Amino acid sequence: VSDQKPLGCWSVKHGQIITCPVVCNFETHEYIAVHDDKVLRIWKNKDINLDKVFKATLSADVYRIHSLSNGGPVVLFKGGGIRTLDVLLEAPQQEIENIISDEVIKWSEAFTEGQQPVLIFATEKDGDFFVYVQKLKMNSLHKYKLEQQELSKPLSFTAYIKNQMITLLCLYSNDAVYKVLIPLQQNTEEEEQILSKSLLLNLSVSGSVLKGTSFVVLDKDHIAVLGSLAASGEESKECLTIWNTKFQTLQISKELPLGTSGQLWCYEEKFFFTHGKVLTVIMYKCETSSLAAAVGKLKDSQTPDVSSFVNWNTLGDEELVVSFQSQQSVALKSESKMTLRSKRNAVAKVQPDTVSVGQLLLNLKDAPTTVFEDELRQLMSKAQMPDFQATIGCVITALINRCKTNPKYYPRNFLLQIVQTRDLSYSLCPDLMAVALEKKDVHLLQICLQRFPDIPEEITYTCLKVFLSISEAYLQRVDVNLESVICYIDIEFNNKEVKTEIVENGFNAEREQDIWDTKITKETHLATDGEFCPVGPQKAALLNAVLHSAYSETFLLPHLKNLPAQQAVLFLRYLYYLYVKCSEKINTTLPGIRPPTINQIMDWMCLLLDAHFTVMVMLPEAKQLLSNLHKFVRAQVRFYSELNKIEGSLRELQRLNHQKDPHTYSIEVLELI
Amino acid sequence: SGQTVQRIMVNYHVQKVKRECIVWSIAFLSSGTVVTSDSFGRVQFWDWERGTLLESHTVSTSAVLSLAVSEKEDSIIVGTSTGATYQFQLLPVKMGSLEKRWVRTKPFQHHTHDVRAVAHSSTALISGGLDAQLVIRPLMEKMQKKGYEAALRKFTFPHRRLVSCARKARLLLFQFSQHLELWRLGSTDETGKDGEVLPLCRMPEHLLQLKSKGPEHIYCSCVSPCGSWVAYSTASRFHLYRVQYEGGGVSIKKVPKVPKLLLPAYQLQFSSDSGSLFVASARGSVHVLQLLEPGGCKHLHTFRPPSGSPEAVYLLASSADGHWVAAVSGDWAIHVYNLKGFKHHCMVPMYSCAVTALAIHPVTNNLVIAYSDQQLFEFGIPEKQYTAWSRMVQNCGLHKVWLERDSPITHITFNPKNPSHILLHDIYMFCVLDKSLPLPDNSALLMNQSTLKQLPETARQRQLHAFKICKKFQPLLFADLLDENCLVMVERPIMDIKTQLPLPIQQKKFGT
Repeated sequence: VSDQKPLGCWSVKHGQIITCPVVCNFETHEYIAVHDDKVLRIWKNKDINLDKVFKATLSADVYRIHSLSNGGPVVLFKGGGIRTLDVLLEAPQQEIENIISDEVIKWSEAFTEGQQPVLIFATEKDGDFFVYVQKLKMNSLHKYKLEQQELSKPLSFTAYIKNQMITLLCLYSNDAVYKVLIPLQQNTEEEEQILSKSLLLNLSVSGSVLKGTSFVVLDKDHIAVLGSLAASGEESKECLTIWNTKFQTLQISKELPLGTSGQLWCYEEKFFFTHGKVLTVIMYKCETSSLAAAVGKLKDSQTPDVSSFVNWNTLGDEELVVSFQSQQSVALKSESKMTLRSKRNAVAKVQPDTVSVGQLLLNLKDAPTTVFEDELRQLMSKAQMPDFQATIGCVITALINRCKTNPKYYPRNFLLQIVQTRDLSYSLCPDLMAVALEKKDVHLLQICLQRFPDIPEEITYTCLKVFLSISEAYLQRVDVNLESVICYIDIEFNNKEVKTEIVENGFNAEREQDIWDTKITKETHLATDGEFCPVGPQKAALLNAVLHSAYSETFLLPHLKNLPAQQAVLFLRYLYYLYVKCSEKINTTLPGIRPPTINQIMDWMCLLLDAHFTVMVMLPEAKQLLSNLHKFVRAQVRFYSELNKIEGSLRELQRLNHQKDPHTYSIEVLELI
Repeated sequence: SGQTVQRIMVNYHVQKVKRECIVWSIAFLSSGTVVTSDSFGRVQFWDWERGTLLESHTVSTSAVLSLAVSEKEDSIIVGTSTGATYQFQLLPVKMGSLEKRWVRTKPFQHHTHDVRAVAHSSTALISGGLDAQLVIRPLMEKMQKKGYEAALRKFTFPHRRLVSCARKARLLLFQFSQHLELWRLGSTDETGKDGEVLPLCRMPEHLLQLKSKGPEHIYCSCVSPCGSWVAYSTASRFHLYRVQYEGGGVSIKKVPKVPKLLLPAYQLQFSSDSGSLFVASARGSVHVLQLLEPGGCKHLHTFRPPSGSPEAVYLLASSADGHWVAAVSGDWAIHVYNLKGFKHHCMVPMYSCAVTALAIHPVTNNLVIAYSDQQLFEFGIPEKQYTAWSRMVQNCGLHKVWLERDSPITHITFNPKNPSHILLHDIYMFCVLDKSLPLPDNSALLMNQSTLKQLPETARQRQLHAFKICKKFQPLLFADLLDENCLVMVERPIMDIKTQLPLPIQQKKFGT
């Protein structure tokens, strides 16, 4: 902190002890402190003497007060009871229940999820650790037991909420960070469930081990750990470290030679910790993690994430089982719901780790839709890291199989969510695009084309055909990602009158030339038939997705020959439009996010012309287009060759210009007619 | 109370650096945030009540010299000594979030160094640098459409007269920031064809240099048509000199006891007989001083608009016959006064743009006015109404290309031998407006001189139009007619200005 000065200072009387961290209620701008476990003090900035401010004595010991940004402070008692401050102040002496008997609270955290406060705390009893999740408004309390770990125990916790899922991270005494997922929507009965954990990170790097004392989560791939780094045979050094959990690397470490209290806070991209006798604040920024960044070779942050590879060994049998079963699934249709329910319960009872994914999916095959999706979501959240990709593949396959058997069933949003958030490939879920094509789910197809690196040419072609044949009116109602076209297609075509050319001081020397050049300019103007986009923005965005997909000419060409002539002309018209648009700019690139490059446009244009050569020549409506295209290409070629020619002359002129001496005084004859 | 409420040390806790930190600019936002820019290249936001640092942005390795806040206080522009300007915007941390933070958004590099002044209008960022450029950079997001208004504009010269000409004596007076220079023009006895450079028989002669005392800049200056009087004014003082030419030598004598006038003077103008001097001054007033031989003057009269005016007069024009003087004040009102009876004659109908130049025709006593939107008007002073030609111009409209120029007409003069000619110029062109010829319509080429010269005599007649434009001399600081067939043009090459400016900041870019 470059500018440290106390803005306020308050102290309790001699003999009293402040027993939990003071918090600020951001709604009322009041401070709340607890001293001697039971005495609540509330005051404002302008109050000077803590002795004279509001005081309330409670009936039970307070563990901690959590201040939430909306909803006011929440008080957690040592017995596990929870009250909002408002409720508590109405009757300070009210009875507070004891939930946790003789367990001791080790850590607690509060969140706001969907307008309601959620409190999570961890307790310990005889080496066992328990996690409680309480939703205040629902008045629901869930107790979980943390899976035991031999020879080590949790030292520190941290948690965050995302997508209705609490992610609890635990720092264990064996110098590793474990990840525990707790679903927030828990509809099972009040049973003590055991939480399984997965190893997130080992805090060791090239022989030295970090003895962490506290840690915070920075983003989905980064955590910061404060602790002492001890190499064998050397004195340990206290330091602050940032780790990348995706690649298991130590991103950066900062030594703290003056020592630290071992506590670390993080607010708004700033670390707060004590270093020696001062409070130190450090700003940080986490780049989106990529392998290149992790090994320090980041060149272009724009490159999209590389799809992860599939571990074929883990995929193995389960998927085979599923796909095998799918072929004979029709027989199982007429089972009663009652038996299904019991079956599901049986599944839930078993520890998820012990059941293989394939088995689980097999069991779920005929469950009702809601239960089915619910279970799949759970499965995805509980999955272990190593064979995660394979699991997702299985999940999608299961979904697709269900779609196939039940024509009315199509989980559009669920599929979209999976494809958008996970790194998938075509080979992992080969039927997905086929089903999407059948259902004409163009948005899903667009995302697939953008994200899958290995789409067969036949499917690419089918997508193209579907996109071209689908009506504009239908597309206008469909949600399609337009970011690749929004920058160059004018949504409205009526502002043609606006003067776009800017001339310095109102004159343009080229204007004088205009008269003499009309012959040439007329010719080029005629050729620009490509001024208007022949397709709507939605269709353009879909076609761009096709242009972006990878293909091999040899395999694509036979399919492309089957494209109906009208559609081929429309596609060529669009490619021509793109080409004209590209040529408007000196760097021949289109603006926007992931627009087609000029090479892609030219390649597809050549490919299309190759495939439909005779058709194009014969078709009367293609004639004008081809002639325009020919003229435009010829004009471009001429333009570039002319540019090459005048380059030398321009250089000579430039040289002459520099030589012109600034005459100081002269008398010249000037004739104005 | 006059007490210090808060004291903020900007370099508090900056160790290692022993340099002194200078706060170059400061702004106080209505939210209670103090914004400072300092010589360490930082823009900092402070809590006024607590005196603590809220945010600090290091924008440059060199000093941040100037700072301006938009009226809505959601945008700040800062100018640095490297010539770059940066925009800061108060933006939500996340989409839809209520928490807002200052974010450095747009960097612009339109100056070579030292941006000493910045201003923030509702649609543009304006910056002025020591490289003698004034730049208006429109904020594209505030523009409704791409078009002429959205163009970047750069101004090199102030839009006011810096050179004055003594026609009869063939002298030019140049106004610099701290001194004046008087030159006699050279001459030739040859003639030639278009474009030829003629040999000089007499070289131009630097007659005298008049240095202004004190730190004040010269605000305006003028030399009388006969060349024997030179006047100039700074913000607080007015000076009048009598110049005498004896043989080859020049002597100059300061006129003692000039009348105590309401200063400062914004514009000076001698009458065409060199008998009196008009001084444009504050609150719409024009002082008339009578010049007395052999070197004295007295205050004759002060004109004021009948209804009063809070704005100063910034442009003057007097008639050749000594009957009229026209004055333009900052509220864009043009008042015409009668010099014979010392009374207010009339007011030209108000127009919605600033007047950039005006002059009274020596023969017809028509007042020609150029406005900042490039419109031209001709107002008959004796008749107190616009002339028929002016009405015709308004009906037909001026050429599109003419209206799209963005540098204003800075000077108007006339050719007494050819009353239908009006001579105008801006920085990029000089124009003879021939009222006897038809106005060009939008389909015609406005700049047709080079085309005309290629046409045979007979074909020319059909192509002729009223605007005869010459762009040969650029950047054109001043142009005036000396006699029937003699023009004087003053170019001011930008390179000349640049060489006199303070050196840019030295930065090592390569090596160690």
